[in-house]
Amino acid sequence: MLNFVRSFALVILAVCAAPLANAQLVIEITRGQENAVPIAIVPFGWESANAAPFDVAQVVAADLQRSGRFAPLDRKDMIDRPSAGDQIRFQDWRYLKSDFILVGKLTPQGADRYAAQFELYNVLNGQKLTGQQLTATTTSLRAMSHRIADIVFEQLTGIRGAFSTRIAFVSAEGTPPKQQYKLIVADADGENQQTIATSSEPIMSPAWSPDGQSLAYVSFETKSSAIYVQTLRSGERSRVSARSGINGAPAWSPDGSTLALTLSRKDGDVDIYTLKLSSQTLTRMTFDPGIDTEPSWSADGRKLYFMSDRAGGPQIYEIDVSQPERATRVTFEGSYNARPRLSPDGKQLAVVHLDRGNFRIAIVDLQSRGVQVLSPGRQDESPSFAPNGATLIYATQDRGRGVLATVSVDGRVQQRLAASSGDVREPVWSPFPPGR
Amino acid sequence: MRVAQLMLIVMSGLALAGCPKKQTTLPDASNQPAQSSAETGAATDSSVGQGTADANQKLLEAAKQTGTIIYFDYDRAEIKPEFVAIVAAHAKYLNSASSNKVRLEGHSDERGSREYNIGLGERRAQAVRRALMLQGVTEAQITTVSYGEERPAVQGSDEAAYAKNRRVELVYGR
Repeated sequence: MLNFVRSFALVILAVCAAPLANAQLVIEITRGQENAVPIAIVPFGWESANAAPFDVAQVVAADLQRSGRFAPLDRKDMIDRPSAGDQIRFQDWRYLKSDFILVGKLTPQGADRYAAQFELYNVLNGQKLTGQQLTATTTSLRAMSHRIADIVFEQLTGIRGAFSTRIAFVSAEGTPPKQQYKLIVADADGENQQTIATSSEPIMSPAWSPDGQSLAYVSFETKSSAIYVQTLRSGERSRVSARSGINGAPAWSPDGSTLALTLSRKDGDVDIYTLKLSSQTLTRMTFDPGIDTEPSWSADGRKLYFMSDRAGGPQIYEIDVSQPERATRVTFEGSYNARPRLSPDGKQLAVVHLDRGNFRIAIVDLQSRGVQVLSPGRQDESPSFAPNGATLIYATQDRGRGVLATVSVDGRVQQRLAASSGDVREPVWSPFPPGR
Repeated sequence: MRVAQLMLIVMSGLALAGCPKKQTTLPDASNQPAQSSAETGAATDSSVGQGTADANQKLLEAAKQTGTIIYFDYDRAEIKPEFVAIVAAHAKYLNSASSNKVRLEGHSDERGSREYNIGLGERRAQAVRRALMLQGVTEAQITTVSYGEERPAVQGSDEAAYAKNRRVELVYGR
């Protein structure tokens, strides 16, 4: 009977959630999980007559599952709901084959303020791994839940969690030639979508500033391309390059002072330049008659990786910003390597690689020059590293429509984030939030 | 013969455009007003009589009749022989009055990375620009823009759709 009531309640919940979920990105796991660590994320306790304001455990479990490294225990398999360490009967959870358990409770702390106390235990030996308290307002409960997931992820993997970060992407709706283009910012799990720019002309190539406060992007709203920088919080926007010809592929230098960008100027020669934002000083970085574009900075700001078709087909090259005349070719495997993005540790490049007739996301090891294909699609593009380097987000196609997908850097775990409407492309992962 | 000649010139133009240039620190030119050719052109236009204006209009119609879209092969920017007549018809119209202006919109198919495709669309627009200039059209009469794969003519992921999307459109009054 109780079970019946519970499943009925679940159905109602699902029905009520449907219109909401529709507007969000729905995550589908397409491959992986077999080596994931089993973990129990117990629903948080809530000591009040009213309904709990937020399901913290659900967000934590979804984050950990999406990382591909964890397999959260299904709630319906939980025979107990401890909310503090002294309530855990470890033998029960060992029987359920969970290696770790997260318990916690949410308590009201005055008007619109909540505290979440949580503890993480090793089920096998009963050892407490961490215990903390975080506070939030109603609107920041989701963000707080992502922080808890970050703490658990880092505790168990040694890798900083990226669940509190955001993504930006472009969506095109409607049928050509009448399309509506939107620049959208969302949480890394696809929730909290906000449209920050809309145009009937193309929008492309969003790029996060290193402090995560601004986006540079290309808009054709004046019927020619121009690069804009928009501050997210204030919505304030400035046009930083509207030169004759192409204004494209903006990439922020690590110190945020300079944009690398692609211009074709009057002569139509497509080359990379740097633009110092404070002085508008433009410095030419490539000099080849071929197409040179898609710059990506090294973490120390000394090098640029970019794509050039100077040798016939698109390949990746590297230059020293202080001596840009001398470019070194980086990729030799395959006839098409484009859109390089440097990994946070500087050791690998993610590229678009033509793999037996299919455009796929691949990793190029800068030391060995070896190429590893990560994605399975036909038309995959725009790879972007999570700031912890563990995952890549990219654009792929599903039945003729652009959708977003993620893949772990070892290629083992693949997932799709399907938007409800529109042709979605060019995802870019934000840097870590400041303050650590 | 004429076609072959034009092709040769177009190709050598492409090759010439590729000479390496020295590194320079350039001042920002974006805020400077564009060359005042628009006003010069308008002055010429106002001095043209009604009969000439009609003739001008006829040439435009004739050019549009010949075609306003030039299609390209995959990853190529050479103008194929079958499109040389389109270039010639538009050059004829543009040459009839310096105030006549055209906008060249370069496009690519959806394959490969987006910013590279912006580069390919630009290369195609530049190929048409050079071909027009070789027939006497002046720089001030032509503007170019590359949309890459961002504004497909048709949707679809097959060769038929790709072939329709790899193009330069000659646009008047946009």
